[in-house]
Amino acid sequence: MTDATQSAPLRLTGFGKPGVRIDIYVVALLAALGLLWGVAATAFAHDLGMRVMAVELTLFFALGLFGIAFAASKGKLAIDESRYDDELIKVGIFAATFWGVVGMLVGVIIASQLAFPEFLYFKEFGFLNFGRLRPVHTSGVIFAFGGNVLITTSFYVVQRTSRARIFGGLLPWFVTLGWNFLVIVPAATGYVLGVTGGQEYAEPNWISDILITVVWVVYLVTFLGTIWKRKEQHIYVANWFYLAFIVTIAILHLVNNLEVPANVWSSKQYSLMSGVQNAMTQWWYGHNAVGFFLTAGFLGIMYYFVPKRAERPVYSYQLSIIHFWALIFTYMWAGPHHLHYTALPQWVQTLGMTFSIILWMPSWGGMINGLMTLSGAWDKLRTDPVLRMLVTSVAFYGMSTFEGPAMSIRAVNSLSHYTDWTVGHVHSGALGWVGMVSFGALYCMTPWVWKRQRLYSVKLVEVHFWLSTIGILFYITAMWVSGIMQGLMWRAYNEFGFLEYSFVETVKAMKPYYMIRALGGLLFTTGAAIMAYNLWRTAKGDIAAKEPLAAAAEAKAVPAE
Amino acid sequence: MGKREVDDHSGVETTGHEWDGIRELDNPLPRWWLYILYGCIAWAVVYWLVMPAWPMLNDYTHGLKVAALPDTVKVDRIRVDAEVKALQDKRAPLFAKLVATPLDQVKNNPELFQFAQEAGKATFGDNCSTCHGAGGQGSKGYPNLADNDWLWDGTYAGIKQTIQYGIRSGHAQERLSQMPHFGTDGLLDATQINNLTDYVMTLSGVKGADAKAAAAGAPLFQEQCSSCHGATGTGDHLQGAPNLTDKIYLYGGTREDIHNQIYNGRGNVMPTWEARLDEGTIDALTVYIHSLGGGQ
Repeated sequence: MTDATQSAPLRLTGFGKPGVRIDIYVVALLAALGLLWGVAATAFAHDLGMRVMAVELTLFFALGLFGIAFAASKGKLAIDESRYDDELIKVGIFAATFWGVVGMLVGVIIASQLAFPEFLYFKEFGFLNFGRLRPVHTSGVIFAFGGNVLITTSFYVVQRTSRARIFGGLLPWFVTLGWNFLVIVPAATGYVLGVTGGQEYAEPNWISDILITVVWVVYLVTFLGTIWKRKEQHIYVANWFYLAFIVTIAILHLVNNLEVPANVWSSKQYSLMSGVQNAMTQWWYGHNAVGFFLTAGFLGIMYYFVPKRAERPVYSYQLSIIHFWALIFTYMWAGPHHLHYTALPQWVQTLGMTFSIILWMPSWGGMINGLMTLSGAWDKLRTDPVLRMLVTSVAFYGMSTFEGPAMSIRAVNSLSHYTDWTVGHVHSGALGWVGMVSFGALYCMTPWVWKRQRLYSVKLVEVHFWLSTIGILFYITAMWVSGIMQGLMWRAYNEFGFLEYSFVETVKAMKPYYMIRALGGLLFTTGAAIMAYNLWRTAKGDIAAKEPLAAAAEAKAVPAE
Repeated sequence: MGKREVDDHSGVETTGHEWDGIRELDNPLPRWWLYILYGCIAWAVVYWLVMPAWPMLNDYTHGLKVAALPDTVKVDRIRVDAEVKALQDKRAPLFAKLVATPLDQVKNNPELFQFAQEAGKATFGDNCSTCHGAGGQGSKGYPNLADNDWLWDGTYAGIKQTIQYGIRSGHAQERLSQMPHFGTDGLLDATQINNLTDYVMTLSGVKGADAKAAAAGAPLFQEQCSSCHGATGTGDHLQGAPNLTDKIYLYGGTREDIHNQIYNGRGNVMPTWEARLDEGTIDALTVYIHSLGGGQ
């Protein structure tokens, strides 16, 4: 392992001879191959979706090559091993915030379309209809917002807890920019044009699947490389979680997207598996996307930012080990609970349900470690809305990981399945846990990487906190009521087994709750937009006029409100 | 290994590691956490013993025989089959009775009438409400079934026939009629269609009709329309020709709607249900629709 002071500026630490920048060759080669493919695919595309995606990718590959050449000519590609790569973090913060607001806004639009079906409905053009926009929302918030938060925080955390610059020079830049421009933008435009892989949360088509694989492998290399050259003896717990997330998502992605293109110039594809095998693989993927993307990765965020912000030690090292291994072992089995009472054999359903119950405590281990880390620092919640956001996220994590096992019980599931209860459950996790912990991390990192004394406005964080919290409560209570009512209406039948309600009557009964849900989402999205403004002003180095730095210091001593 | 220190606040030792200022306390696993975890695992093991659970080479474990949980309770498919059969057995005699009873006499037997209502309502909700609305109130293009304005035939036999064979459905015994496409087929010119529109508007008193044009349209109506809609526009059930004097319009009652209908002669399709619903169910549906308010 090279010491920081010895490393030559142009050397890729870890492998390669001094002066040979393998990383630049690798990225340039990938971009050049992509460019060749893009030009050919633009010319030969069989359908509109393929052509538009090919044009976008051609443009991005060309810009990438141009960017490398330009940066090289300005001498900007040199690696300074004595410094962390924080420019990368800045780009990631910008991308995460941008996609967060966009993804949530699309969520508000489709929630409004459910309440008011005529809203943004175009008879002649399908591209803004619910069916097209729904995957834009889910992929937008999970993979664009969540993905950027995960990639960016993992780069931030692994550098600092390893005391080493991120490995690979240009490679982590390929990860961050590739994730946004090679994966998210083409996949999202594909969705609105009707390009889809047809599997929930795995909608990207085969072209996007290949690009995801390339970006993800490079991500794994940069992360492992940084761990490999770390200057700390032990690997910090946050990095275990990040690594579990990266490795498992790679496996899930590859297996669930085993498919054959209909034609090399077509955006369409056929899945290798069919019927119940395909369904089981899909939900093995789907539930572990929750478990490893939305849980393990974000627990990595929690394990760094909560103790860091609270300035307290992590509550229990033992608990972190046990719940980590228990969590990653058990999550793998839980997928079948998405297929209760279907063609899936009953014994598989039994295993899915029982392991989901066993999963309860491993999940709560993370919540306990997060909340108990606050002991000795609870008073900070009164003055620091960022810490309050982080802690609230952990509380929501605890709530939804209790609700989840409960819903996996077959008897409960027979009521909750296919209803809005599921949607509410997902959003208590997604808005409450994933959203809030991400906001907390973004509020922490922004002043740190831009070297600002504090955020532009702490009051705006306060406003954001309350908008989010109230928005979530509107959302999940509306969905609980609506979902349980829906489930009860569906199963209401008389002594001869005739249904009491037709389907359309149950839809009509849900209308007021759909309106409340849309309102809740709007509040949450407004909060995220306020955050975007606050982060922007912070990055610029502004300080809110009504909250001078000195006053903020005083406010720390006096309990707020 | 770094130096273990004692945390001032809790008095607990740290593990001695430190990353970017973050330390870890050496607290043991919370007991309650551990016991609940064990409890969940124990519960799972019991569940596996009793229920179908683990895969074997050629089969899976079917679970121990427990008196409280016979296969008719614990195996989904056996239980569902049993429940469906029990329901069918319960319904069968009533459906048989319904088929054997002339439909206009069903209401004389309260128990049978109630059964027909319940079966009919559920069938209507699943199959008919998509077009005709949850209460049979209809919408533009789809007739209201809850009023006494019938296009074809509002008697029991007539309703049953419509359900069985449909309208313009392609079935050999379909109800069939077609309004001419006066505009698209060039049967009348623009002025004539305009005059006719104004005249039809006057039949049911739609406001805004031009009296002069309506007067010009009157002889046209007698010439082109009266053979189906009748000389006074009151319609003809035998041909499914709507009554034009009752202010109930299938395709809308504005000037534009009436004009479009004369121009295009739209005729919607009602599917045939003969192959999808059995006779007992169609009988129940007929009784239900007849009872919605307009049965004749």
